[in-house]
Amino acid sequence: MSLLAVDGLSRSFGGLRAVDGVSFEAQLERITAVIGPNGAGKTTLFNLIAGSLRPDSGTVVFDGEDVTGLRPYRVARKGIARTFQAIKLSGGMTALENVMIGRHVRSRSGFVSGMLAAPWTSAEERSIRDEAMKAIELLGIADYAGTRTGGLPFGIQRSVELARALASEPKLLLLDEPASGLNTRETRDLAALIDRIRGMGIAILVVEHDMSLVMDISDEVVVLDFGKKIAQGSPRDIQRNEAVIEIYLGDGDA
Amino acid sequence: MRRYLPAAAIAVLAFALPPLAAATKTAYLLTQLTMSAYYVLASLGLCALMGYAGQINMGQAGFFAIGGYASAFISKLNLASRAASPFVAALDFLGLVSRGTDSYGNAYLSPSPALACLCAILLAVGVAALIGTPVLRLRGHYLAMATLGFGIVIEKIARGTNALGGADGLSSVPAFALPGGLEITGGRAARSANFTISWVVLALGLLLLVNLIGSRSGRALRALHDGEEAADAMGVDTARYKLKVFVLGAAYAALAGVLLTHYNGSIGPGEAAFMKSVRYVAIVAVGGMANLTGVLVSGLVLNFLSLRGVFGSFDDAVFGAILIAVMLIGPAGRGLAARLRPRGASAAASSAAASAAPKRGGSP
Repeated sequence: MSLLAVDGLSRSFGGLRAVDGVSFEAQLERITAVIGPNGAGKTTLFNLIAGSLRPDSGTVVFDGEDVTGLRPYRVARKGIARTFQAIKLSGGMTALENVMIGRHVRSRSGFVSGMLAAPWTSAEERSIRDEAMKAIELLGIADYAGTRTGGLPFGIQRSVELARALASEPKLLLLDEPASGLNTRETRDLAALIDRIRGMGIAILVVEHDMSLVMDISDEVVVLDFGKKIAQGSPRDIQRNEAVIEIYLGDGDA
Repeated sequence: MRRYLPAAAIAVLAFALPPLAAATKTAYLLTQLTMSAYYVLASLGLCALMGYAGQINMGQAGFFAIGGYASAFISKLNLASRAASPFVAALDFLGLVSRGTDSYGNAYLSPSPALACLCAILLAVGVAALIGTPVLRLRGHYLAMATLGFGIVIEKIARGTNALGGADGLSSVPAFALPGGLEITGGRAARSANFTISWVVLALGLLLLVNLIGSRSGRALRALHDGEEAADAMGVDTARYKLKVFVLGAAYAALAGVLLTHYNGSIGPGEAAFMKSVRYVAIVAVGGMANLTGVLVSGLVLNFLSLRGVFGSFDDAVFGAILIAVMLIGPAGRGLAARLRPRGASAAASSAAASAAPKRGGSP
């Protein structure tokens, strides 16, 4: 059974059908890429799955549960974590503190127990810190743990965001253009990292413009154009698909 | 633990200042320092909301007044004629009434100030939850306008209700008896004890907020301040957290209102006035927004100077001017304190204090 099943998902903005009857599935330990030209509806599709937008019709079933139209924080609690196309970190907080936010869904101490510094909160706080630190070490950014993220280089900020998502121990990771703004070497490191994350038993859904990265890491590619799914298959199939070549790869990108 | 130092310092001063003041024959200053402590308590509650969670409340004085008026009104109720009713008898049984004879020799039976205080805070919490639920969906200027409107409504209710004394407010508010023979009340005899009480309350109020900011919930508040979308995506129920910290801020203001009202023995509609709300905001801004220690210091200094009459008839103008200055000097609403802090020191104080400079919506 697939971890994520998107069925007939649609969303319009005014007269524009940004996402139009899209269906596909994502499996554990597999990387599914969503590609398509600018304005094809990729980020809208992401936002529909993550709950930032409500679909007009269609369903999102995650781990056997209908999560269609749930608010983002509830979707997150089900085990879906995401990164953003434009990095969204708390610039005034350290890298470690940002990643600790990722543990929010895995911890429970509340407002009042926090104010009273109840005994169990310090144990939980320690475990939040330890788990966040593990994610930071996995991403190889331990040197920056105590630095405020506002002043960190772009590539490192991307890693912090990814660490924050991983710290929540998601079953599904949504990556919105993780390679944008990265140089060639950083993109290569990212590919290796995404490959490792897949090995941790996580399903990955990635929206990406960098074709070589997509073709390199994906198990399955979904192609969108004007909100509609026009093709789906292995990277090899997609590279040979006439329709895809015409709309997307035709101008010499691949 | 460095983060507990300010609260510890306040607690030490609570006991150290009265003998010092007595020795230097400046005990009269303790009155204004006591009142300042209660006003600062209301500002600290606002600091959690505004500085850390990035949500403005231009009606904090409204909550202060709800606390003060409710406690005064309830503790002044005379239930003597209903002493036989089961409800009053039950309160009596629980030790929640006070009885005696007033200055005209008439017997009275009133809810005890402790009960009145509890009711007052619950009322403020209820009103905050009721107002906050719809209003906190607004952001930035809109939230500022809506909370400003709330403050005005409370002031007009206070001013226009005969049972609340109209423009005169309520006076002859009874002393608030505490365990150990202590009483929250004015007058020279109780002056240094009341100073100690107020600064201990302030230290405790600060301690709880320091804990909160350093906790999981505090992190969630700071995260939603910097970006609700990201916090939401990480599982933070942003609407709920905003409401909780709004209610908490209101509870701090209400408690401050209760205690100051019993200390002064009176409260008037001026406590709910818009300019009072502006003061609380100005003090948070001068303190550096997301900086409890800064707000503590700026609040103590500015309130003390104001209560000593240093600003003369320009009192309100001074706070207005301070607000302009802070907004100009700290364009991101970062506040004077953050600007004055030497470079490098901010990294050391990184954890809670220096973080979360408002990027948007933090200030009008």
